[in-house]
Amino acid sequence: MSIRLAVGQGSCGIAAGAQKVANALRPLLAGSEVQLGTVGCIGMCWLEPIVDLYENDTLKARLVRVQPNHAEAIAEAAKSGDLSGIAELVIQPEDSAFLEQQTRIALRNCGIIDPESLESAKAAGAYSALGKILSTGMTPEDVIEVIKVSGLAGRGGAGFPTWFKWNAARQSAGDEKYLICNADEGDPGAFMDRAVIESDPHTLIEGMLIGAYAIGAKEAIVYVRAEYPLAIRRLENAICDAREAGYIGKNIMETDFSCEFRIKAGAGAFVCGEETALIESLEGQRGMPRLKPPFPAQSGYWNKPSNINNVETFANVAWIISNGGEAFAAMGTEDSKGTKVFALTGKIRRGGLVEIPMGMTLRQVIFEIGGGIRDGGTFKAVQMGGPSGGCIPASLLDTVIDYKKLAATGAIMGSGGMVVMDDSTCMVSMAKFFLDFTAKESCGKCVHCRIGTKRLQEILTRITEGEGQEGDIELMEELCNAVRDGALCGLGQTAPNPVLSTLRYFRDEFEAHIRDKRCPAHTCTALLHVSIDAEKCRGCTACARNCPVYAISGAVKEPHEINADACIHCGRCKAVCKFGAVIVE
Amino acid sequence: MQCECTKQKSDLSLLEPVLAEYAAVPGSLITILQHAQEIYGYLPTDVLYRIAECTGNSPARVLGVATFYTQFRFQPVGKYLIMLCDGTACHVNGSARIAAAVQEYLHVENGGTTEDGLFSFSIVACLGCCSLSPVMMINGDTYGSLTPEQVLEILKDIQAKEAAE
Ligand SMILES: Cc1cc2nc3c(=O)[nH]c(=O)nc-3n(C[C@H](O)[C@H](O)[C@H](O)COP(=O)(O)O)c2cc1C
Ligand code: FES
Repeated sequence: MSIRLAVGQGSCGIAAGAQKVANALRPLLAGSEVQLGTVGCIGMCWLEPIVDLYENDTLKARLVRVQPNHAEAIAEAAKSGDLSGIAELVIQPEDSAFLEQQTRIALRNCGIIDPESLESAKAAGAYSALGKILSTGMTPEDVIEVIKVSGLAGRGGAGFPTWFKWNAARQSAGDEKYLICNADEGDPGAFMDRAVIESDPHTLIEGMLIGAYAIGAKEAIVYVRAEYPLAIRRLENAICDAREAGYIGKNIMETDFSCEFRIKAGAGAFVCGEETALIESLEGQRGMPRLKPPFPAQSGYWNKPSNINNVETFANVAWIISNGGEAFAAMGTEDSKGTKVFALTGKIRRGGLVEIPMGMTLRQVIFEIGGGIRDGGTFKAVQMGGPSGGCIPASLLDTVIDYKKLAATGAIMGSGGMVVMDDSTCMVSMAKFFLDFTAKESCGKCVHCRIGTKRLQEILTRITEGEGQEGDIELMEELCNAVRDGALCGLGQTAPNPVLSTLRYFRDEFEAHIRDKRCPAHTCTALLHVSIDAEKCRGCTACARNCPVYAISGAVKEPHEINADACIHCGRCKAVCKFGAVIVE
Repeated sequence: MQCECTKQKSDLSLLEPVLAEYAAVPGSLITILQHAQEIYGYLPTDVLYRIAECTGNSPARVLGVATFYTQFRFQPVGKYLIMLCDGTACHVNGSARIAAAVQEYLHVENGGTTEDGLFSFSIVACLGCCSLSPVMMINGDTYGSLTPEQVLEILKDIQAKEAAE
C-alpha cells in the first residue's frame, strides 16, 4: 500500500503557509513509507493550507487550515493509518460540498497532480489528446471541426467562438504563423489563469500545441504577467520537461509536426491584455492597441497571421479532443456551451475557484456553492467582468450564467471574476474605484478613452467627496456614451460599464450622495458625521487618545465630544470604543 | 547645464551579457529592460542610454517603452519592496486600512522609500491571490488575509531581522 501526503502549493496556499507545513512534515516523514508530494491549487482558497492524504492514489482525507504545529500529528496518522489524532483537521462535509457541486474540465487536474512532474501529468492523461490527433491522422480541419461542434467560446472576455478564430488563422496565407496564449490576466479579482498554470501547466501546453497544429503555427508564445513569478517558473519547468520528452520542438511525437515554445513576461500594463496591445508589447513596444481590422488572424505578431487565446480556453481543448465536441456541447445553454471557471471573492464565505456548467444561476454559485455572505452581512451586488463589467444587484440573482443573459444585465461574463459585495460597500465609490483604474490604465492613444475616463473619474471623485451637483448623473451618462462609442479598443469601449450599471441599479445611492450629501453605506468618509452617544460614553478616553487630529475632548469618566470641524471622519474612535458609543452616520 | 545622465556612473559591464544575448533579437527591448532592472534594482539613466545605443533605438523610444509599464522604476528601491494589492477583491475587503497602517508605521507615501532605504511601498492592482484578500507581496513572498496588526508584525519582524544582521 502506498501512502502519500500532498501539500497544496499554489500561490494562495503558499501565502497561507503551505511551504512551512511541507517543511515541517519533511523531516518527520524521512525514512518512513509515507511520501510527501506537492500539488497545485484545488481552488478551496478559504481553507488553505490544505494537505491531502492519499492511500493507493485514492483520497482518504483532506486536511484543512493546517499549520506547521499540526505536522507531528499528521505524520503520525499517515504512518499508522489511524486518523483519530487529526479528526479536527478533516474537512467538514459542507465545505466538501463546494467541490462536489462543480464540474471540472479546465481545472480537472488542478490540486490533484504534481505541477512539477510530467509523469504525474501523463498519469492524468496529459498529451493523450495530442497523441490521438497525431496518431490517427486527424487533419487541422478535423480538429477545428471538433472545436466547432463543442461550441467552445473564448474565456478571456469577449466570448468569441474559438473555432472561427482558428479557422481564420488557418486560412490566412503564409507559412509563418504564431499561436499566442494570453496569460496577462489583468482583471482584478480573477485568478483562474494563474491557478491553471501553477497547478497544471501541461494541460495549457497541450491545448496550445493542438491550437498550433490547427492553425499551422510553428511557434507558440505564452505572455504571462510579471506578477505571477511562480506560474512563470512552473511553466518554464514544464516546457523543459515537455521538450525533453519530445512534445515540443522538431518532429513532435515523431511526426512532421514541429512547434517551438517561448514565454514572455509582461511588464505590468492592464491594456496589454487586449490582443493587439499584447502583440505590440511582444514586439518590444509600448502596449498600445492597433486599429482592427486587420485582425490578428490576418496580420498579428510581426504582421504575420496570429491567433490569441486565453489560458482557460486552451485548458479545455485537450479534454474536448479526447471526449468529443458533443460531450462539451451537451453542457450549458443554447447560447453558451461547456463549463466556465469563476473566481469567487469579496465578502463571500467560501472564496475560491468554481467551475460549473453554463446555465447555473448566480444564486446557486454565490449561495449554494459559495455559502453566501460572510460575517453575517447581507448580499448587495456581485461585480462581474472587472473594469469592463458591471454590478448585478440582488433582484437579478436568478440570472442564468450565459454570455447573452449576463450581458443583458449590463455586466459581462468577462474572464470570470465574481467579487461579492455586502451592504457595507458603497456603489458610488465602487464606480469611482473602477474609473480610477481605467483612467490610470488608459494607454492614451485615443482621446475618448484618455480624456473621457479622466473626466468621469473627476466627477465621481467629486460626488464621493460631497461636492456632487445636480446634473452630474446626466453628464456622466452623456460622457459614458461618448467614451463607449468613440474609444479605439475594448478598454475604452467598456470603461463606462461600471458607471452605467451602478447608475442603472443603484441610482438612489448616487442621488443620496449628490442631493443629501449622504453615503448610505457609510464609507465615503467626507460624507460621514461622527458623534458620541453621551449615554453610552464612559469617559474612558480611548477615543481621545487615538484621534489622529485631536478632535475629541472630555474629562476622564465624563462623556466625550467630537469637534465636527476638526474631525476627518477616519473612524478610528469607533474602532477603539469598547462601549459602542461612537455613532457614524 | 550639464546633462544629468553623465553624472550617473553605473557599472555598465554588468549589462554586457544581456546585450550580447538580446540586443540583436528583434522585439527584445522589454526583456532587456527587465534584465537591466534585475541587475541594478532600477533603471539608471546611463543604463537606458547604453541600451538605446546597443539596440539601435533612440533614447526617447527606450524611455517611452520603459515608462509605459508599471514594472519599471527610475529610482533605486529599498531592500524590501512592499506591493500592497488594491484590486477589486482587496479593495472590498479593506486594503485601504492596510495601506494606512503601513504608511503610518513606515512614514512612506505610495511609491516612496523609507529614509533608511529598507522599505519601498507601492500600491498595485491584483496580485492574483484575491481569495486571501487583502493581500500584499514583499520581495516575491505573498501574505494574505491581512489585518493592520498583522502587517505591523510582518514589518517589525523584517526590521528585527535586519537589525540583527
Ligand atoms: C482592456 C482589455 C484587457 C483584456 N485582458 C485580457 C486578459 O487579461 N486575459 C485574456 O485572456 N484576455 C483579455 N482580454 C481579451 C483579449 O483581447 C482577447 O479577446 C482574448 O485574449 C482572446 O482569447 P479568447 O478568445 O480565448 O478569449 C482583454 C481585452 C481588453 C479590451
Ligand atoms: S484583488 Fe487583491 S489579489 Fe486580486
